[in-house]
Amino acid sequence: MKSDRRHFLKAAGVATIGVAAGATAAEANLLDSAKELLLGPKGAAPYPEAKKGARWAMVVDTRKLTAESMEKMIHACNHAHNIPLHPLRKKGDKYNKDEIKWIWEEEFENAFPGQMNEHLPPKVTQNEVLVLCNQCENPACVRVCPTKATFQREDGIVIMDFHRCIGCRFCMAACPYGSRSFNFKDPRIASLEINPEFPTRMKGVVEKCNFCAEQLDKGLQPHCVEACKNGELVFGDMNDPESEIRKVLRNNYTIRRKPEVGTQPQVYYIV
Amino acid sequence: MLEKALTGDSKYWGWIGFLLLLIAVGFGAYLRQFNEGLTLTGLSRDVSWGFYIAQLTYLVGVAASGVMLVMPYYLHDHKAFGKITILGEFMAVGAITMCLLFVLVDLGQPMRMMNMIIFPTPNSVLFWDMVVLNTYMFLNIIIGWTVLQNERKGIHYQKWVKVLIYLSIPFAVSIHTVTAFLYAGLPGRHFWLTAIMAPRFLAGAFCAGPAILLLIVFFLRRFTSFDAGDKAIKSLAVIITYAMILNVFFLLLELFTAFYSQLPGHMHAFVYLFAGLHGGHALVPVMWASVILAVIVLILLIPPKFRNNYNLLIPALIMLVLSTWLEKGVALVVAGFIPNPLEHVNEYAPTLNELVISVGVYAVGALIVTVLYKIAIGVKAEVGDAAH
Repeated sequence: MKSDRRHFLKAAGVATIGVAAGATAAEANLLDSAKELLLGPKGAAPYPEAKKGARWAMVVDTRKLTAESMEKMIHACNHAHNIPLHPLRKKGDKYNKDEIKWIWEEEFENAFPGQMNEHLPPKVTQNEVLVLCNQCENPACVRVCPTKATFQREDGIVIMDFHRCIGCRFCMAACPYGSRSFNFKDPRIASLEINPEFPTRMKGVVEKCNFCAEQLDKGLQPHCVEACKNGELVFGDMNDPESEIRKVLRNNYTIRRKPEVGTQPQVYYIV
Repeated sequence: MLEKALTGDSKYWGWIGFLLLLIAVGFGAYLRQFNEGLTLTGLSRDVSWGFYIAQLTYLVGVAASGVMLVMPYYLHDHKAFGKITILGEFMAVGAITMCLLFVLVDLGQPMRMMNMIIFPTPNSVLFWDMVVLNTYMFLNIIIGWTVLQNERKGIHYQKWVKVLIYLSIPFAVSIHTVTAFLYAGLPGRHFWLTAIMAPRFLAGAFCAGPAILLLIVFFLRRFTSFDAGDKAIKSLAVIITYAMILNVFFLLLELFTAFYSQLPGHMHAFVYLFAGLHGGHALVPVMWASVILAVIVLILLIPPKFRNNYNLLIPALIMLVLSTWLEKGVALVVAGFIPNPLEHVNEYAPTLNELVISVGVYAVGALIVTVLYKIAIGVKAEVGDAAH
């Protein structure tokens, strides 16, 4: 996002200079200093700790997942991202219509509807698995968004601009994984313990897992990965052949959710 | 010409007052939603579009149907439609206004609506939907108004109007095609992922829209000096009949593909609609009502003996509007979300607040159509073209 903004500002700067073609040297200097003020000193990277040229992906080792470990990871995410736990909209509702979730548990048959068969080993089908945004290489949500409020970064992360989203929910219809949530009501509820490190949202916008872009920009791992103790989640750079994730993918048979829809999910599962 | 809308009898003003009241109540309900958010609707994480977007879909069809009068009249010189073409164009204006309002009330952040123009995004179908809907609306306002004005002055409309009329024909097709693309291009929604979504929409539109128009024509014949003439009524009834046959045929094609192929994703939504799925069966009565009505409509419309009998034609048209509305204005949008991408069945029903807002939007459309029709009929009476 930062780099997008830089590009935009550069382009805007060039355009301005173009318009002011007849400007005096003093005015050109003024423009230069304005650019420096906006963009920082020349050559400074926006996030020096962030790994450059990365393409982020995740492996979920479902064999290692336990109810306890999943709960820890989900909690870490919910807390870090200020995700409210809304009560049921109406007493007696069969499901929580206001629910916001970025990473959650699902039965195997729900996470992988096309790959279920009744003779799979019980340890595969009876354990729940973690699901989250697949950070697709070819994301349908980005394709349909009418304002570019959801977009793909150079490192592959599909992310939201909460300030631009108009709440049309086209992306929710487009996502083949049900990974997106909408703020049907104000998310800043009293019971929310606000983490000042991450922005809260407002009602009427869509949100979803951002692969903890805010952590990656600091050179850290996503919160869910930090919360797991036994290597349940492996996170890393797909562009680096020597990264741990590439090794894990080389040595294990992995599946992805709904590969037939052509979105190229970047969350892989070992079952 | 606007002054024609400012004179009327007490019934006219009573109707206007009633619509204004509905609009005020709907606006009040909208203010509640604006304040508290879409949590006041029945929408959820799983069924994220519902009644509002379904009305948009249905009304785009009503708007597009104007072309069923424009094309025969202007391209094939079918003179019988000379008097009612203006009604089709003005109905399109009302319908598109409602479409745009239904999008507006569905937005989570309506104040940011202009982001669609500030950050134009050509890869989004919604962007194109906005472009074609607005263009079609302006085309119809300009064409209808200019042709009427010239008729009043007793002159033939200008050449540039003819250009706009020709332009409005592909635009009518495009508004419904692009609206179908909102659904038909989404990878994970099997129910909508069908190449005949746009033809289905058009077939449904070309029977439902003219049916509504014809009902209005019967109303005007009864209560005003305006008579469209039997020839126009009968030709329009034929168009409606063909379109309704196609509409039902297309639905049968969908059922064949889903159930003969036995692809689970393609069957699920139809099973949900016709029989219920995993304990969810809210739309079963809706879908069956639509299908049964459609069969009765076809029985009443296909034999000319029945179709030309107005005592049968009028109830057939009412049932047709109801049948297509239940299918497209209720079931089609909601069933695309059920089961959800994780194969859970979480159902949807609109809330009272949602329905009150929707009634308010319909009242805005009815008000626009009333005023425009009042003007059109006033002008026709003035130039002596009202009675048959």
